Amino acid sequence: MKKRLVVIGAGMASGRVLEHLLDHDPQGWDVTLFNAEPRGNYNRIMLSPVLSGEKTYEEIVTHDDAWYADRGVTCRFGESIVRIDRARRIVYSNEGGAPYDKLLIATGSAPFIIPVPGKDLPGVVTYRDLDDTNAMIAASANAGGKAVVIGGGLLGLEAAAGLKLRGMDVTVIHLMGHLMERQLDPAAGYLLQKDLEARGIAVHCKGATKAILGADRVEAVLLEDGTVYDADLVCMAVGIRPETRLATDAALEVARGVVVNDHMVTSDPDILAVGECVEHDSQLFGLVAPLYDQAKVVANGLLGQDAKFRPVQTATKLKVTGVDLFSAGDFADAEGREDIVFRDPARGVYKRLVIEQDRLIGAVMYGDTGDGSWFFGLIKDGTDITDMRDTLIFGPAYQGGTGADPLAAVAALPLDAEICGCNGICKGTIVTAIEGGATTLADIKAQTKASASCGTCTGLVEQVLASTLGDAFQMPAAQPMCGCTDLTHEDVRRLIKARELKSMPAVMQELGWKTSCGCHVCRPALNFYLLADWPEDYTDDAQSRFVNERNHANIQKDGTYSVVPRMWGGMTNPRELRAIADAADKYDIPAVKVTGGQRIDLLGVQKEDLPAIWSDLNAAGLVSGHAYSKGLRTVKTCVGTDFCRFGTQDSTGLGIKLEKRLWGSWTPHKVKLAVSGCPRNCAEATCKDVGIICVDSGYEIGVGGAAGMDLKEVERLAKVATEQDAIDMTVAFVQLYREHAKYLDRPYKWLAKVGLDWVQAQIVDDAENRAALIERFDLSQTIYQRDPWAERATPQAHQAFGPLADLTKEAAE
Amino acid sequence: MNWLDIGALNDIPQRGARVVKTVHGCVAVFRTGDDQVFAIDDRCPHKGGPLSEGIVHGHAVTCPLHNWVFSLETGMAQGADEGAVATYPARVEGGRILLDAAQLLKGRAA
Repeated sequence: MKKRLVVIGAGMASGRVLEHLLDHDPQGWDVTLFNAEPRGNYNRIMLSPVLSGEKTYEEIVTHDDAWYADRGVTCRFGESIVRIDRARRIVYSNEGGAPYDKLLIATGSAPFIIPVPGKDLPGVVTYRDLDDTNAMIAASANAGGKAVVIGGGLLGLEAAAGLKLRGMDVTVIHLMGHLMERQLDPAAGYLLQKDLEARGIAVHCKGATKAILGADRVEAVLLEDGTVYDADLVCMAVGIRPETRLATDAALEVARGVVVNDHMVTSDPDILAVGECVEHDSQLFGLVAPLYDQAKVVANGLLGQDAKFRPVQTATKLKVTGVDLFSAGDFADAEGREDIVFRDPARGVYKRLVIEQDRLIGAVMYGDTGDGSWFFGLIKDGTDITDMRDTLIFGPAYQGGTGADPLAAVAALPLDAEICGCNGICKGTIVTAIEGGATTLADIKAQTKASASCGTCTGLVEQVLASTLGDAFQMPAAQPMCGCTDLTHEDVRRLIKARELKSMPAVMQELGWKTSCGCHVCRPALNFYLLADWPEDYTDDAQSRFVNERNHANIQKDGTYSVVPRMWGGMTNPRELRAIADAADKYDIPAVKVTGGQRIDLLGVQKEDLPAIWSDLNAAGLVSGHAYSKGLRTVKTCVGTDFCRFGTQDSTGLGIKLEKRLWGSWTPHKVKLAVSGCPRNCAEATCKDVGIICVDSGYEIGVGGAAGMDLKEVERLAKVATEQDAIDMTVAFVQLYREHAKYLDRPYKWLAKVGLDWVQAQIVDDAENRAALIERFDLSQTIYQRDPWAERATPQAHQAFGPLADLTKEAAE
Repeated sequence: MNWLDIGALNDIPQRGARVVKTVHGCVAVFRTGDDQVFAIDDRCPHKGGPLSEGIVHGHAVTCPLHNWVFSLETGMAQGADEGAVATYPARVEGGRILLDAAQLLKGRAA
């Protein structure tokens, strides 16, 4: 007598089980196949080509009616299972029962729906089966429709690409910092985003969906950051979870999925489970390769053969035509692991191999994945790669050869290529000078003016010298930014601007960073360069900032912090002083000190008290003094004409105006200003980054002073007649410094490199450029002039400053 | 091991850290860029700097006070500096961070 097998769910895994089972034992089983969808097995992986129109449904059917009929499979499609009666071994659907000897649960997974308002509006779809696909195809019929895909993982990106091919305007919203973060590292995610954007798909990373808006049907998607995207169709593809309801109701052991042993048997020996609904060894499965392995184990088990499921490494490829990416194995950083990274920015190629104990354990590739399966083979086989290590990254076809000539790029430049932007000097002019006898950088500067101004092209000029003179030129050892790159700060700044690099992964990829995510030296510098050059495009990264700027307070040697409210131009009043005194009492502040910048420092505040003390001070109208930042610190003033019998101008008023204009701006290093009302200079303006001395006939503006490690008197930038001119010159100077200086160079150090002449030419002599600098500064301020205290007044922020957990009350065992 | 749920992975920013207070002092719990978690003593052996406030890069953290760099996996100081901090077993399961309570409550790992 035939044994009765009932299968719940006609997916890819159960389809494969039936193939194995009925091929090997065509007479042994009486199979009943239930499927809630009114159709049989089809290749779900190929839904993407169906969506994009590259294939039809008929082409992706794996088992047609004839296949089931030939094998005597009873198909009950369109019936939902309501109950499993384990005691009597009967499965009940909404239309009747079916007895079993063995039951196979293959219920797959359900799409995860983010619980936001509007999730049930018509026009919101998931991407799981043919009906979803058809709904999306129908929605894309209106030309020029707008689609928002929530989720930048495999499925979401395939949906986005398909909808784009169908002619929709597509935006992808992704919660994490880069696309496909489970399969790709940030560098590869960046390249993927760039490719998708080049195809016209907009990508919004770090975007949390707050609500789906619409009256009768979906109209738009609102993000937590306030961004709104119009939408005629919203596809949620944020993930899946195992469909375990039947198993749970039947009291089988269920964790995240239906728990199975190595034989794919559940806690009931007559019930097996396979596919995306199972959990094996605490692991869930979503890719097809392990599901097929499971199917084989299930079939073998039913055939009475011993077989055990052992999950193997899986590789990922994105099925978007023309996007070439591959990832396999484990590519997390860990002790004892080494990276081999290869980047070819010009071709958009990134390859990273992760090696542990002379074996390849992970690989991520983008742009050129031809060797993917070879690397995957090495990972699966655990091949010892010691002998091929030097050339491993080049793949199996590596034929030997020498490393790329670092000067090749410069040597290949045409003679009319511009080298020095400040002075408009092209390569030909420099080469002519070299042929005329110039042999050093100083010669070139003197004869052509190249690199004689802002100096960021110095490296290029040296490379022209090297490639023209050959061995006769001794390349000076440039100081690289850090161990992650051979480029200098100046090179990196120049390239960020020239190549419009607008994110940290973009910089690291395009400039060939040697580490996967930088270090404590380069990350803060890059964060500043990016936010200074691309205020509208770049998102400030708190985790790439030093502790003081992340916590908006100055860390002290004992781990406590100091809190300094801003006192505009050094002015205060009884109300502010009372609020400060109250805060000092309330939070038990151990020390209160007057600073050199004319304000009051509360020292010794505990980190978890910071948001509360800020909130109290905010309530009295006080804002952060940024006493911790690489940014505007203070504008020190004297009392000026208001009270002083020697004062020539309203120095206090000018100081306050400057502070109100400049506060909140980030700069390469700290910036301190002062305004003195007369040449007696009570505000000590002659040793500040910008110091203004008021005189009867106007304002003398000095720049590049210092009274720290070095003592330096300011140099005269200009003398101007009006207060407005003084403000304009100051703002333009600060912006020029923001745009050109090396991170952690105070203005005086930067000035020594570029020269006062150049700065004057930019700001004083060129009114148009001055206005442009001011405009760029003001644009940046619209984004960055925010009081960090007020921004951290939320309960979430309060929580983030406290401990994650407090176990001091727990007893030891 | 006695695994104790001390919070959600998302309570810690990527490449960031939070502290867990114990009777023996604070333990810093790090979340790296690849979403792994590590727990080490929140006290630099050099001058007592709070490591939880350092910049996280790869599986290492740089002390905010004087830039000593520690491996999050071994607790060993990297490069020319010599020293180590205690490490504690930590893992992530279903988006929750689990620490070994026995070790935490007992104090420093052996």
